[in-house]
Amino acid sequence: MSLAVTLATTRRVLAQLKHDRRTLALLIGVPALLMTLLRYVFDQPALFDRIGPMLLGLFPFIVMFVVASVATLRERTTGTLERLMTMPLGKLDLLFGYALAFGVLTLVQVGAVLLISLTWLGLDLDGTLGSLVLVSLLDALLGMALGLFASAFARSEFQAVQFLPAFVLPQLLLCGLIIPRESMASWLEAVSDALPLTYAVEGMREISVHPDVTGTLALDIAVMTAFTLTALLLGAATLRRRTV
Amino acid sequence: MNFSPAVRVQALRVVRGGREVLHGVTFDVPRGSILGLLGPSGCGKTTLMRALVGVQIVKGGTVTVLGEPAGSPGLRRRVGYSTQTPAVYADLTVAENLRYFASVLRAPRTDAARVVDEVGLGKHRDQTAQTLSGGQLSRLSLAVALLGSPDLLVLDEPTVGLDPVLRQELWELFRELADRGVTLVVSSHVMDEAGRTDRLLLMREGRLLADGTPDGLRARTGTPDLEEAFLQLITEKAGSLA
Repeated sequence: MSLAVTLATTRRVLAQLKHDRRTLALLIGVPALLMTLLRYVFDQPALFDRIGPMLLGLFPFIVMFVVASVATLRERTTGTLERLMTMPLGKLDLLFGYALAFGVLTLVQVGAVLLISLTWLGLDLDGTLGSLVLVSLLDALLGMALGLFASAFARSEFQAVQFLPAFVLPQLLLCGLIIPRESMASWLEAVSDALPLTYAVEGMREISVHPDVTGTLALDIAVMTAFTLTALLLGAATLRRRTV
Repeated sequence: MNFSPAVRVQALRVVRGGREVLHGVTFDVPRGSILGLLGPSGCGKTTLMRALVGVQIVKGGTVTVLGEPAGSPGLRRRVGYSTQTPAVYADLTVAENLRYFASVLRAPRTDAARVVDEVGLGKHRDQTAQTLSGGQLSRLSLAVALLGSPDLLVLDEPTVGLDPVLRQELWELFRELADRGVTLVVSSHVMDEAGRTDRLLLMREGRLLADGTPDGLRARTGTPDLEEAFLQLITEKAGSLA
């Protein structure tokens, strides 16, 4: 592990994004647009206050999942990953470098959505801004770590993009956003207990209704951190120095 | 002065996709020399080079590079590798690419400027890689391999698609590096480049067909033309098998 190499990787990923203005605009603009749509589709402030924060946690998760899986796949297919693996770069330097860069990106993304939501759209949030940003960041890192891990099983961009519905949509159905988890069949609730997005959405809901950091929120944060670290380590294990 | 060979390959066997693609290859590369790796596409040149760098899973045999097993962590700053398809970030500029790889290698700050001049990309420093021509792109990839002044350079077809003047310049650079004590393993399928190496390995279907100096090969086959010599060796080999 080397801090200098990690930071160089972060700088490199951010430079790549800087050159890709369209991706940057989409990353920052789309969540804000969706939030605005949501506000006027529901057209009931109370309902928006309940659903809005949960989506706030969902955007970074989904976006980073896609961005991370495609970015890593690109490193694999263009040969840059193999080149880096012949150099004195630790696998964790690469992963943490990406994590930092995507963390910065998430701050900008969440910042933009929050700005619009809290002012123009009139979102009413009971919890603190700090815990909201913290959980959004964790959501993003979780999405990134899972995307990275998933990309190891994709041989082409076509497959990588299919992983979004495969990995994310089942979690979306089961996380309690669409139907409360208590009203699911018990086996479905058990499956939902084992999925990371459940905790991401629950954490956001806690923040939206409680002004303090509740025990449930603390537990959600702990579970998400554990999922993220596990996925990152599994992701690191899929980066091979030697291949066939 | 270290007289042990820069590269020692012994009975190297590699299996890819269930098929053996290298069948027990053995050779040495002395320090400070240029080894040319020649042979038709699919003969195992790239696989052999990957084994030298240590990214190839091998089935049998040993590959020793600068006194250590290929791919050892200690070699990661001492071996420069450039693949056939340029492994650089297409969405970064020439300078950004070099700066990043230089920091990963902990190369001196001045290295990026040095290598960009060595491969003649000075005018394209601020151009993104995706706007470069094929030849410029492969020179950028070569420049990355030169960062940190490695002791061994493994270059897979570094001169493909270059005009004759540039090719000449790159071979002059390779010779200069070798004179400074750098060992180079360069693959090519252009026969006129073969004459510029110190030693030639002719490969075909995963075996070494010949191993010697360009002059030695000419003398052995009695033809001044290396392409001709290669053909003659193939026929000889076929004859001895039949």
